[in-house]
Order: sequence, then structure tokens, then C-alpha cells
Amino acid sequence: MKTRPLAQDKSRYKVLTRRTLMLGGIQAGLVGTLAARMYYLQVLQADKYKVLAEENRINVRLLAPQRGRILDRFGVPLAVNQQSYRVVIVAEQAGDIDSTLNAIGTLIPLGDNERHRVLREMKRKHSFVPIMVRENLSWEEVARIEVNIPELPGVQIEVGRNRYYPFGDRVTDITGYVAPVAEKELTGEAVMELPDFRIGKAGIEKAQDLELRGTAGTSQIEVNAFGRIVREISRDDGRPGEEIATTIDMALQDFTMRRLRSEESATCVVIDVVTGEILTMASSPSYDANTFTQGLTNAVWGALNTDPHTPLNNKAIQGVYPPGSTFKPVVAMAALESGMITADFRVNCPGVFTLGDHDYHCWQHRGHGTLDLHGGLKNSCDVYFYEVAMKIGVDRVAAMANRLGMGELTGIDIPNERPGIIPTRAWKLARFGQRWVDGDTPSIAIGQGYIAGTPLQLATMLSRIISNRVIVPRLVRAAGVMEPGKPFDPDLGAKEFATLDFNPAHIAAILSGMNAVTNEQGGTAYAARITDPGMEMGGKSGTAQVKQITAAERERGIKKPEQQPWKDRDHAIFIAFAPVGNPRYACAVVVEHGIGGGKYAGPIARDVLRECQRRDPSRRVPPDPMIVAAAEPSVGAPGSPTPPPEKTP
Amino acid sequence: MSIGADRGHTPDMAEKLRSINWGLIFLLSVIAGIGFMVLYSAANASFDPWASKSMMRYGISLVLLLGVALVDVRFWLKAAYPIYLLGLVLLIAVDLHGRTGLGAQRWIELGPLSLQPSELMKIGLVMVLAHYFNGCTVEEVGRVRYLVYPLLLLAVPAALVMKQPDLGTAMMLVMSTGGIFFLAGVRLWKFAIAIAAGAGLVPIAFGFMRDYQKKRILTFLNPENDSLGAGYHITQSKIALGSGGMWGKGYLEGTQSHLNFLPEKHTDFIFTMFAEEFGMAGGCVLLALYALVVAYGFAIGLRCRNHFGRMLALGVTFNFFLYVFINTAMVMGLIPVVGVPLPLISYGGTAMLTLMFGFGLVVSVYIHRDVRINRRGESES
Repeated sequence: MKTRPLAQDKSRYKVLTRRTLMLGGIQAGLVGTLAARMYYLQVLQADKYKVLAEENRINVRLLAPQRGRILDRFGVPLAVNQQSYRVVIVAEQAGDIDSTLNAIGTLIPLGDNERHRVLREMKRKHSFVPIMVRENLSWEEVARIEVNIPELPGVQIEVGRNRYYPFGDRVTDITGYVAPVAEKELTGEAVMELPDFRIGKAGIEKAQDLELRGTAGTSQIEVNAFGRIVREISRDDGRPGEEIATTIDMALQDFTMRRLRSEESATCVVIDVVTGEILTMASSPSYDANTFTQGLTNAVWGALNTDPHTPLNNKAIQGVYPPGSTFKPVVAMAALESGMITADFRVNCPGVFTLGDHDYHCWQHRGHGTLDLHGGLKNSCDVYFYEVAMKIGVDRVAAMANRLGMGELTGIDIPNERPGIIPTRAWKLARFGQRWVDGDTPSIAIGQGYIAGTPLQLATMLSRIISNRVIVPRLVRAAGVMEPGKPFDPDLGAKEFATLDFNPAHIAAILSGMNAVTNEQGGTAYAARITDPGMEMGGKSGTAQVKQITAAERERGIKKPEQQPWKDRDHAIFIAFAPVGNPRYACAVVVEHGIGGGKYAGPIARDVLRECQRRDPSRRVPPDPMIVAAAEPSVGAPGSPTPPPEKTP
Repeated sequence: MSIGADRGHTPDMAEKLRSINWGLIFLLSVIAGIGFMVLYSAANASFDPWASKSMMRYGISLVLLLGVALVDVRFWLKAAYPIYLLGLVLLIAVDLHGRTGLGAQRWIELGPLSLQPSELMKIGLVMVLAHYFNGCTVEEVGRVRYLVYPLLLLAVPAALVMKQPDLGTAMMLVMSTGGIFFLAGVRLWKFAIAIAAGAGLVPIAFGFMRDYQKKRILTFLNPENDSLGAGYHITQSKIALGSGGMWGKGYLEGTQSHLNFLPEKHTDFIFTMFAEEFGMAGGCVLLALYALVVAYGFAIGLRCRNHFGRMLALGVTFNFFLYVFINTAMVMGLIPVVGVPLPLISYGGTAMLTLMFGFGLVVSVYIHRDVRINRRGESES
């Protein structure tokens, strides 16, 4: 071999060349495979992977729309949105939820209840939806969380919006309140899962919930592999909720609520008799809607629920009371319109009306002597109306009461109104399986017995008598009333109401009787008259028995009402209108267990109607709503920490 | 050449300088240039921390390449065993004192430098194998007993690398040895037997693997199965490649890489980053550049008149090809994830140095192409 090195090398070289070419071929094949793979991934499957890459980097987040404000008739905000700070956790970024919650717990107080709620919500909601851990953080708590954010994966501080009611408990019965969506209210709409989302639970907030809500916006954000937001790609702010202008005059409402505080439990409604707009609807005591939006403790809830003065009830539409003598104008109108009596119809009142073997007393046991309709109303003579009612029968009375809006829902635009009861023959048969007897009729004549109605129904009844139209009370202002640049029409919408076709002379007769109640010496509420010239009011007092007076009690002598327990005292009721010459405002007042209508409810009606006429909200031109919106007062929650000037979390 | 065909020729310095293969060096520099560009993008349009360092290293490596190239190929023949032994010593040292990174001992600290001895071993092994086959006739290569010694040369470092554990590098050693055997003329049926035996050993080897290695293989078989765990790398890499499309998202515009969805984007997955931003078009151009380098290396090997030079140039070039193929096939999801960098582009000092050292040898082979070396390793010129 040593002798032929060259030949040896030649054969080696031959093999090497062949093998090198083979290897080159193999390599070319492998590179071809790589190119084919690239073609498959980057051309054939490119669309699929482009979508995946976009999904990787782009997150879509829902933005809760800003809830519309609720305003009074002049643009004063009754419900607004306020900034608040809260700590939220995003499940898909948080990793170990328990240890993260523990870490939060060392920084801010975190109860077991909250912890369980977070875990429960996490199971129910999409994992990318931030779940509220605690809200209404103080500034110090915000700072403590922010400093430790690097050790808290998936935890963020969010600036949220809280519903805030600047007038506290003074207009709650109208605005209602909002609360977080309950589990059973979830409809699957993603926006309802947002921590900021609130749903209306009562009042305007509930009735106009869809309008107030607006539509959710979306924010497309680019995130990196760790979920950190790199930038916002696009943003659709959605549409904020509509602003709802109510018919309420907040100044008058405020005045009325303060005025009602003289009583343990009372309610007062003022209606514009031309437009049906409710200017004031006060129910006292009430509750502060803000305690509901910020999460109610069981203790507070329990106290509100068991209070005998029923602060949670809007007594103006949910309180059902026998109207007592305030029902007499209805009986009078029924009789006049039936043609069976005229205003001159005379009755002698000896103090008692006897039917069969039963005596029906007049409140004035001495008797009133001979009275016409004017005198009957002025003195609120029971015997006069016993006679009238017996003459026309219960069904004519009931039919008139229905026409005037009693015994059925008035149709006010907030929920939970109660219809009350106007009994008829058919009703008694259906309800008790008993026939109507003559003895049932006299108590109806004086608004007692089975009959019951709400204060709002009484105000509506009076408005219908005055305006001769089917007035429907409402709390939401008709669209266009406040449009800037539009000529002011105080009677806007009045023509929408159908006429009742009462004889104007009959209306005049009744109003004249009611004028005498307050403005003539001897009227049952003369003491409660308005003395300011041009503002005089007409009215009708009513006292509704709560506890039947037994024969034994009558023999023992009736205790003075002030000495009876509160629960047993009669309700004091008053309806009124003003000004007497050209009525514009109708008012109904009920003082629960207030003893006497003329004595206790009348003065409230007087004060409210006087204030109402001084302000004259129905005829006052509202300021331009654009100006009002721009000059929205910056309301700060009393006691809440002042938000820091500037903070970029 | 005017020199007789059967007589060797040793070039003088002037000839050496004239015959330096500038075309090859230009190709390498173009590829390295692409690397700097991608590293600049990987750092979000910044030379720090990768691109600037990589450029410096390339500069140093280029000087090394030229230095190695100018040294006589017969010196490198003599240096083969010392370099191999140095590699072995360092591998043992790394086993004893090495720095642990990513769950394996791979680095050794030499003053300010961190070295990966396994990288050096890749060149050392090629050199001793070239040295060995220089001494073998075609007939000897055909006999099994002449293959025992070169297999031992492979087995010792491969076992040490395995122990680190670094499966990827061990496989690289095995495959580049296989390539050299193939080029030397080892019969094809022997490869068939070896491959069959290897396949039979896979289940057994699987039992000896570390958990993360098993996971990588299982993940390779079905990456989407575990897309947030071990499959995350490969799934994200495929998304990055695929979303790049034909023409790419544009330089500095890769979303997968810049938003950190793509892991290891400056090292093992740098090809993905490049192909996301430059598309299939860019990827093919890069592969073509690599193919040209391989073709150059093979041409140099075939042009050489001594067997050591031929084996050395072909071996180094094939090794280079293996790097490129395994890395790109891995990021495309064709083979399991193994820690193999993309030559000249991935950020990494030792890999760059050893690679350029290797190409220094290739250029040296070219410069000394007409040197004659007999089977005993003696010069015959």
C-alpha cells in the first residue's frame, strides 16, 4: 500500500466525491422540506395564524356606559355619577386566587364574606371580566394597593362611577335607587357583568332603566404576552344613558319634606291640574338612596323594614287610606251629574241619620240644621251626604269615583303603585259573597267602610274635577318641554287628556263649597286658610277612622284622640287647590294617625300650596337646560374622602 | 496550477493572502449582518443589549477566522488531538465546576469569558475524525473494526455532554460524526443497521431522559395539547411564522416577537422572528444564503488535494448545515424543541467563536489545498 499512495488517494477521492454529491442531494432535499414547510405555514395556513396572532395581542374590553342623570324640572340634578376607587381582580391573570386575596387582605381589610363573593363571582363570570374585590376605597387604601401592584398579579385599581343622590332622603321616593345586578337578573349581556354596571331598583331609576343605561362601548387594546396593556387600538365609547328630566320642583320637594317632619309619618302630593305633572311627591319618613348604592348592612335594612312608619314605602302611591270626608266632592259630583239633585238640594241635619234600626251619626252631634250643597261641603256634614248617597245609590258613586281616577291605577310612570278600592254591589258580592245592603251605603258617602285610595289618587281626583279632563299624573317631563329655544308653553300636553264633559256649573258648585271650607267663617278648615291675597286655597278636610268605635267605648265616653296610642288614632287627610280664582295646583296630604284633617293635615297643605304659588313652578320659564348641564354643581359626598388631585395608576 | 499533479505545493505568505476565500467570508458577513438586524429588532429597535455585543463578537471572530486560515493546515493536523483533549478536559471541568443554566451545566467561567466546552468539542471531534480518516484506506474504512476507534472518539465526549444533560448537542455530535462516516465511505447498510438500532433504543433512552426532555418530545408530537405549558414555545413560534405570511409584517413590526409571545426570540427562535417580520420570502433568502455557504464549503472540500483537508472542510461545513437545519426545522415544528442556535444569527458568544474558528479551518484548507499529506500525516511536498 505504501508503494501506491496516489492510487489509494484516488480511490478515496472517488468515494468521497460520490458521497459528497449524495450528501449534497440529501441536504438539498432537507432544505426543500424546510421551504415546503414555510410555504405551508406562511402561505397556506397564513390566514389561520394571522387570526391567532391577532387574538394573542388584541383584547376587547367592554366599557360600562355612563348612566344618565335624573334632573328636576329646572335641571337640578337629583341623581348623578361620582368617581370612586375600587380594587378589582382579573381571574385569568391572577394565577393563584387564594394567595392573591390573602395578599390583598394584608393591605386592606377584607372580610370572609367579600372573599366568598369574589370566588363565587369568579365561577359565574368570564375569566377576563374584572371582579370587584372592594369598592369605595379610601385614598390611603388605594395607595397601599398601588405600591404593591407588582406582587399582585391580575389586581388593578379601577376608577369607577358610583350613583350619587345629592338630596339624600328628600327625593328618594321619586328617583328610586340603583344596585349591582343580582344573579337572577343577569340576562347574559356581558355589560351586566361589569363591576360598574347598576340596575334601577325603584322609582324613576327602575321605570326608565333602559333609557338611563345607554349602550356599552368597547375598547380594543393591544396586550403583550403578560397581559399588560401596550396601547389602545380603537375605542368606541358607546352611548351614555339619556338624561331624564322629571316634573319635580326640587326646591318645593325639599320644602315639603322638611314641612312633613313635624309629623311622625305623612305624605303630600302636588299636581299641576293642567298638565298632570307632579311637582312634589313627598313621603316622610324616607330613606337615603345613597345607603343602598353603597351596599346596605343587614342592621340598617332590618331597621328600615320593621319601622312602623314604613320609610321604604312611598306612601303617596303605596299608602292606601280611607279618604274620609275628602271623598264628599266625588259623591257631590256623582249626584249633580246624575241630575237627581241640584246645588240647591236641601237636607236638614239633626246630628243623626236613621236607617232601619241603625243610627248614623254626623260628626257634629248637635246637628247642622238645614243645609244646601255649599253648606254640606263647608261644614262637611255627614248627614247631608248620607241622604245624597242613599238617593243616588252606591254604583253611581263608584262610577264617578272611577271616572275621577279612584279604585284603579292612575298610570303614574313609576312602579309599585297600588289601586285602592272603590266598592260596588258587584264588588261586594264577588269579594264577600254577600249582597250589598242599604246600610253599607252611608259609610261610602263619607269615604269610610270598604273604600280606600292613595294620596295620589285623591290629588288626581281633585285635578280631574278642576280641569274637567282625564288628567294622568306623571313624573317624567314630556319630551320637548325643556328644549332650548322653544317657546315656553305652560299648558303643553294638556290637550292630550280627554275631556270628562262635566257641566261647568257643577264644577263651580263643588269648588265654591271647597272654597267655603277654608275661606268662610265656620268652614271646617278656616284656621288653615291662606291669607296672602291672590293665593287663597280651597280645600276639603277628612278624618278617616282607623279603629272601629265600639258601643262599649261609646258608653264609656270616647277618649280624647290625643290620649290614644298612635296606632289607633284616626288618619288626618286634606285635599286642596289653589289659587281659588283660577286653580292650577291640586294637593293631597295624609298624616298617618294624624287625628283630624282640618286641624293637622290642613296646615301642611296650606304651607305647601303657599310655597308652591310663591315659586309657581308650572308657569316659571325653566332656564336653558344646556346652561344647567354646563354648570352642574360639583357635588361631593358628605363624609367621603376628597379625591386626590391627579393619579395615573 | 503549474505544479505537477503528483507533487504537493506549500504556498508562501503572499500566495496565502491572495488565495484567502473572500467570497465565503462575504457570505458569512452578510448572514451575520442579517443577524445584527434581527437582534436590533428583538431588543425593540435597540443595539442594546444584543446587537452591539454580537457585532463586536463577530469582529473578533473574523480576526480569529483569518488567523486560523493563514496557519498551515499541517499544523491543524497536528493540533487535532490537543484540541480534542482540551475539549475533553473542559467538558470534565464543566461537570465538576460548571455554571448551571436552564437546568443543565453547560458553561465554564474563564476569567471574564463564559465558555461552552461542548461547542469547542464539535470542532475538536471533526478535527480528530478528519485526522483519523486521513490515515485510512477505502478498504480499511470498509471494515468494521476500523470504525471502533472513531466511535470511541465520539462516545467519550457524547457521554459527557449527555451527562450535563444536553441532549441536543449530543445528538449534534452523533449526527456530525455520522456525516463524516458517510463521507469517508462507510457502507450504507451499516448506517441502516445503526439507525435501526437507534430506533430500537429510543424507548429505552426515553426512560433515561429527564422530565423536561420527555415533555419536549411529547409536546412535539402534539404541541396544541398543552399550549400554555411546554407546547407554548412551538405554538407561538408557528403562530409567528404563519402570521408573517408571504412578505412578512415588516421590519420592527412583528407582533408576536415584540409583544413577547415568542420566547427566546434572540437565541433559538430568532429565525421565527426574522420570518415573522420578513415573511416566507425573507426566510427563503436566508436559507439560500446558508445553502450557498454549504455549497462553498463542499466545493472547497472537493478541490483540496489532501484527505485531511477534504474531511475537515466537508465535516465543518456539514456541521454548519446541521445547525441550520435542526434550528429551522425545530422552530417550524418539524422536529422536537432542542437547544440549537441558528449559526451566525442567534445571540451567543461561544457558538459564534467556534463557528468562525471552523470556517477559519475551511479557508485554511482552501489556502493549503495543494499541500500533500500522506496517510501517516507527513507532508509530501
